[in-house]
Amino acid sequence: MTAVAPVAVPIAPAVHRGRSVTWWGMLMVIATEGTIFLCLLASWYFLWAASKEWPPAGVELPDLKLALPFSFVLWGSSIPVVIAEHALRTNRIGTFRVGMAVAFVMGAAFLVSTAIDFNALHYGWRDHAYGSAFYTIVGLHAIHVLVGLVMNAVVQVKAALGRYDRGHHRSAEAAALYWHFVDGVWVFVFPSLFLAVHFQ
Amino acid sequence: MTLATPPEEVVPLEPLEELWHDPPGLVGFLTTVDHKRLGVRYIYTSFAFFFASGLMALAMRGQLSEARADLLGPGTYNELMTMHGTTMIFLFNTPVLAGFGNYFVPLQIGARDMAFPRLNAFSWWVFLFAGIFMYSSFLIGKPPDGGWFGYTPLTSSTFSPGLNIDFWGLGIVFVGISTTVGAINFIVTIFKLRTPGMSLNRMPIYVWSMLVFSFMVLFAVPAVSLAAGLLELDRLFGTAWFVPALGGSVLLYQHLFWFWGHPEVYILFIPATGMVSMIIPVFSRRPLVGYLWIVAALAGIGFLSFGVWVHHMFATGIPPLAMSVFAAASLVIAIPSGVQFFAWIATMWQGTVRLATPMLFCLGFLFIFLAGGITGVMVAVMPFDWQVTDSYFVVAHFHYVLNGAVVFPIFGAMYFWGPKMTGRALSERLGKISFWVMFIGFNVAFMPMHILGLLGMPRRIYTYDRGLGWDGINLLVSVGSVAFATGAGLTLLNWIRAVRRKEPVPDDPWDADSLEWATTSPPPEYNFAALPVVEGRHPLWDRRPLRYATAGGPGTEGVTAVGAVERRTPVTEGFDTRPEEDLRIPRESWVPVATALGIAVLFVGLLVNAEIMAVVGVVGIVVAAGVWAWRTEEDLR
Ligand code: HEM
Ligand SMILES: [Cu+2]
Repeated sequence: MTAVAPVAVPIAPAVHRGRSVTWWGMLMVIATEGTIFLCLLASWYFLWAASKEWPPAGVELPDLKLALPFSFVLWGSSIPVVIAEHALRTNRIGTFRVGMAVAFVMGAAFLVSTAIDFNALHYGWRDHAYGSAFYTIVGLHAIHVLVGLVMNAVVQVKAALGRYDRGHHRSAEAAALYWHFVDGVWVFVFPSLFLAVHFQ
Repeated sequence: MTLATPPEEVVPLEPLEELWHDPPGLVGFLTTVDHKRLGVRYIYTSFAFFFASGLMALAMRGQLSEARADLLGPGTYNELMTMHGTTMIFLFNTPVLAGFGNYFVPLQIGARDMAFPRLNAFSWWVFLFAGIFMYSSFLIGKPPDGGWFGYTPLTSSTFSPGLNIDFWGLGIVFVGISTTVGAINFIVTIFKLRTPGMSLNRMPIYVWSMLVFSFMVLFAVPAVSLAAGLLELDRLFGTAWFVPALGGSVLLYQHLFWFWGHPEVYILFIPATGMVSMIIPVFSRRPLVGYLWIVAALAGIGFLSFGVWVHHMFATGIPPLAMSVFAAASLVIAIPSGVQFFAWIATMWQGTVRLATPMLFCLGFLFIFLAGGITGVMVAVMPFDWQVTDSYFVVAHFHYVLNGAVVFPIFGAMYFWGPKMTGRALSERLGKISFWVMFIGFNVAFMPMHILGLLGMPRRIYTYDRGLGWDGINLLVSVGSVAFATGAGLTLLNWIRAVRRKEPVPDDPWDADSLEWATTSPPPEYNFAALPVVEGRHPLWDRRPLRYATAGGPGTEGVTAVGAVERRTPVTEGFDTRPEEDLRIPRESWVPVATALGIAVLFVGLLVNAEIMAVVGVVGIVVAAGVWAWRTEEDLR
């Protein structure tokens, strides 16, 4: 169009703040998934407010014997993940693997406790809306824990095969972030579904 | 000649071309991750649904054109009505906007692709499969028939046994995956892949609108997925979420649905206004008046629209105080919309208006938007709403907003960006004819519907008796509908003729200002030979030829070389948007289509209650996603 040749402008680099696009993408996944849980908890309280008795007459309150201690196991599992993340940034893959493995065991233990709790319930999810809500919300969270465990396993295998040795570990950062999210959701779900019904 | 192209010695084009080329034929079709190919595909797929849904509307209008017609029975009418509404919202409007975004967001911010190209391909495949899923209901003669918002208890298994509603409920969850994933991709792309110098306050308004669109999708779509998902839990597994006898609540369904449903209107509207904000300045030959005001208005609308959903439920008997709050919020939202309106008027006022086809569609939009906005404020007033709710007044209102204020800008964008996408010019003459036929047809079809509503004609009826004073008006409405459809068909014809033409169009046929015009029409696979440097809000008006970026220190070698030696685009950071690292653009891949296929198998398994099939689907998803996660690090040097 014009005869003038375009000019090149030298561009200086910015300081790398260390968050990959994968990490940002995972953050957005968390935002939208977090909204799902918010809507579910809002639904829980909506049904509760509209009911005469919650849980309905004759339905047992949630049992805290396993749920309470294992909730702390789940929340606690974020600590080894934080340590693992730190190790990753300083390229100590060994520590990273140990941290993730410890978290894996803790997460798996939580899942087992949830399964035992589910098994002991005397009602199903078809019996009443309370049951539907309880099973759906706790079950959906359990699925998220399971997904976290799968991610954890994939990341472990990658680490074991030396794929993080060259300083690139976007998938590991994302998996760690997801793990914190799953723990964080439980901070809202547990008090609403397990504790609040005991105090009314 | 491209405006920012550096001399051939600096960036040789031939290796670039080789590096970015998709494999030919079917393999390339199935595996491509090119945002432009996917964007065009999104647009074509959505328009296929648009015309299908339009034909259904015409059939309905045929039935309603006279009293006691017997073209369609009540059952068929319900099916067509449901599929028309559902298609227009979920399979046309939302994805067509995502399609334009796919094509033009990376170009306008000077990137070589989206942040997650494979995810992008995945989201198109999911959209396609979800559409096929819902439409396959016609093949077995069981299309959804519970209305586009699927209110329960009508849609519960008690009152709607059979697969009809399951196609709908599962389909909504299915297509929601595509929308959400697309939104995540837009957000990260816009925040991290802008070319050097394109700070947030220099971003084209269209990019801003897609950013707001994406955030709204992120927080709204979960609610509708949940509404439809819980409905399906009730239907397929017998839970009691929405069963009042067992402590469930049908009102809960409505809350969840409209918590998405109202923002959805703005989810559609905002990118449409973004298009208008690109077109009007170009055809007024001056920068947009009130850039910052418009950005604030977009953000404001996005935010406020989450606080007004209850106005769809004024007739459900919610406490008056609560309703008043929602009514007030609904009126407040008219303010930012008004700000945009005046900014557009001011831009034209101070500019020199050129009445090309894209501009005509924008003017048509302004007129229709004004009318739709006024009736919108009317129905936001409770006593008025009680009078007209579920009447044709409401049908008129939402067609003014959805069909008018969203579809007209989309057609404008087809004319504006068509030459860029196809590399061929559309006929201006045919374009103008198409516009006028559409515009007149539109108003003849939908204006009289207001009167029908005030005369008491309820919506969702398949026929009516003679002598109610509705006959003549209904005939007029039907004639207008045919005219509107004909006008839209003329644009389709125009497009087909253009694509078959031989003579190419120049890079910048409209003398426009944003970066998509700084490359060839259509753009090469790598978008820009070297990345343009942005020094203002209107790169092509500020400086011609554009300057281009080159390495200025360690870590930036990529900037010029980006794409020349590898498939890369820089990730930028900070207010002045300087490069912080290189992102490799993955090559074509089978993973997206495989993962989407796994999801499709899962949904069909759920639909037909075949547990083994559902399990196979889940295993497929896990395997494909595992391979995907496995390869993430390969994208880096
Ligand atoms: C050719 C243009 C169009 C015509 C002639 C048309 C006509 C109609 C008719 C006759 C109905 C049924 C009204 C009733 O029985 O209550 C309807 C419903 C609807 N239309 Fe359209 N329409 C057109 C375009 C659109 C577009 C572009 C959109 C959205 C983007 C749209 C969205 C809807 C929705 C959401 C419904 C409600 C369905 C329901 O009640 O469940 N329409 N339309
Ligand atoms: Cu609304």
